[in-house]
Amino acid sequence: MTGSATTWRRSLRDRPLIPLLLLLVLLVIVLAIAQPGIVNTGWLSSTIRFAIPLAILAAAQTLTMLTAGIDLSVAAIASMSAYIIATQAPEQGPLVAVLIALVACAAAGLVNGIGVGIFRVHPLIMTLGMSLVVLGLVTVYQRIMVSAGSRVPEAIAWLGGGTSLGGVPNSLLLFVPVAAVILVGLRRSGYGRLLYAVGDNEVAARLAGVRVWQVLTVLYVLSGLLAALAGLVLGGLTNAASATLADRYLLPSVAAAVIGGTSIFGGRGGFAGTIVGALILTILTTLLTVLQMPEPVRQILFGAIILAVAAAYTRITEES
Amino acid sequence: MTSATERPDGIGDVLRRLVRRDSWLVALLVLLVALLVITKLIRPNYGAFDLGSLAIAALPVALAAVAQAIVVISGGIDLSIGPMMALTSVTAARLMQDSTDEVAVAVVIGVLLMGLMLGLINGALVVISRVPDIVVTLAMSYVWAGAALLVLGTPGGGAADWFKDLGRGSLLIEWAPKALVLLLVVVGVVWIPLARSRLGLSIFAIGSDRLAALRSGVDVSRTRIAAYAVTGLLAAAGGLTLTMTTGIGTPIPGPYTLLSVAAVVLGGVSLAGGRGGMIGPMVAVFVLALIRADLTFLGVDPNFTTVIQGAIMVVVVMIGAFLTLRRRST
Repeated sequence: MTGSATTWRRSLRDRPLIPLLLLLVLLVIVLAIAQPGIVNTGWLSSTIRFAIPLAILAAAQTLTMLTAGIDLSVAAIASMSAYIIATQAPEQGPLVAVLIALVACAAAGLVNGIGVGIFRVHPLIMTLGMSLVVLGLVTVYQRIMVSAGSRVPEAIAWLGGGTSLGGVPNSLLLFVPVAAVILVGLRRSGYGRLLYAVGDNEVAARLAGVRVWQVLTVLYVLSGLLAALAGLVLGGLTNAASATLADRYLLPSVAAAVIGGTSIFGGRGGFAGTIVGALILTILTTLLTVLQMPEPVRQILFGAIILAVAAAYTRITEES
Repeated sequence: MTSATERPDGIGDVLRRLVRRDSWLVALLVLLVALLVITKLIRPNYGAFDLGSLAIAALPVALAAVAQAIVVISGGIDLSIGPMMALTSVTAARLMQDSTDEVAVAVVIGVLLMGLMLGLINGALVVISRVPDIVVTLAMSYVWAGAALLVLGTPGGGAADWFKDLGRGSLLIEWAPKALVLLLVVVGVVWIPLARSRLGLSIFAIGSDRLAALRSGVDVSRTRIAAYAVTGLLAAAGGLTLTMTTGIGTPIPGPYTLLSVAAVVLGGVSLAGGRGGMIGPMVAVFVLALIRADLTFLGVDPNFTTVIQGAIMVVVVMIGAFLTLRRRST
């Protein structure tokens, strides 16, 4: 390999966001060619609105993946959040409904955290079991609430799906602060550094005096809360609520974090890449729809592209 | 793995060693027997027929679990098992529709080879792309699910009568459901030669310590691909049993990927790789199926059954992890 290529690779490795952003731009260009005139402010607005719930779910995934874990219960928890809000709001008002949802989701996250942090259950199996428990509980609850009926409150629909000032998505009001807290928190706060430390080398972290179980317990509660917020936005965006509302976002949430450069083995990655990953997946879905591919072909291409991007990314950023 | 022993053991020794070394499996078997007793207590007329339907319901899940177990032992994980089963199932259903019995035999063999190929592709992509197993197989799960929809857009197709009969009824005695016998035969034919071969040893070796395996001369890449290929083969067997028991093919993947992971962990296969066997996951599948059946007999809301199943899965693994921790500290 020539010297210049090595420097080029090294500079890419130091700034892993650059190739991702290039891919994003490339996708937009392809989209503009595939359907001239589609790329406008209205398209941008709807892309952002659809990417935000995915990005929030992927945030939960990013944080858990930093500690070499994974949270497969985020979709079930997000659906629970949307469903609780839709059923409690008519009687309790939207604010109390959101609070109830947040408490329920934090509780589910706490159980995950206790299982993973204290009982050392593998995160894959703990959160998988939890997703079954949550799904079952919501379905039972659905049966109890069937007479009361569910309706997404207007405030939530405004926040999740509405726009102001001629097209700026309202959900940015929620997303920008959340993203800022995560981005700054991971870089600057002690807790953020603990997440990287635990994921990088748990034994070393423990020997250095880190109470790993506390870090993990808090982490999964945070993950549950993020899932609750994602469910809130998604419920508002789709103006519907059911026990399986967020299910189809589970695999994309993992994919967004992975494409965004977060290592599933822990210790490497960040939220900025995940946001770009969520945008890439959302635009990719639009592109495949615009190209009028039949659903099966769309699925095949979706999987193949995720794999290709992940493989290219691994090669670029790998320590040689 | 069993190592050669110097002196012949008495039955007591064998039992003692089994309890000490495979305590998890023994506990699981005790749980299975306890559940069977409980089932008989809450439903006194539970008989051979019910056992048969239990075996038929558990057959595809058990094959998915065994498929997952092999790749997990090799230190990987395959999240595309459910979609692979859907793809092989619809392929079999489409090709078998209105075909003669002889053609159906060829279809079964062809679909098994197809599963082997799907697994080979998964494994090769994992090795070549250097992307973590979980991500590759997650991406491939979209590919296989899409391919299944291409083969058959809606549930349909058919199956030869002799093929459907393979899983129905019982063999020789009333208490040996054909589905159970079939499961044991398929797993035995694949696993027993594999476990005794060099490849089987290599699969355990790369699962427990990849670097050490490499240094002792194991071709790590080839072994990983082979493990995925065997997983694909067993997933195809699982897909065939879906066509066998339903008589049609359904392109939308069932919950088999998640069930297989759950059964593998409950069955005592370490997700870190290198440890476990085939009997544990199979017993775990029957334990989960029996719990579901019992809760239905008791008239529990089917949705609540999901809650209890999830909780049991977590609690059993928690107890296991807790015991391991305690044993390590003493």
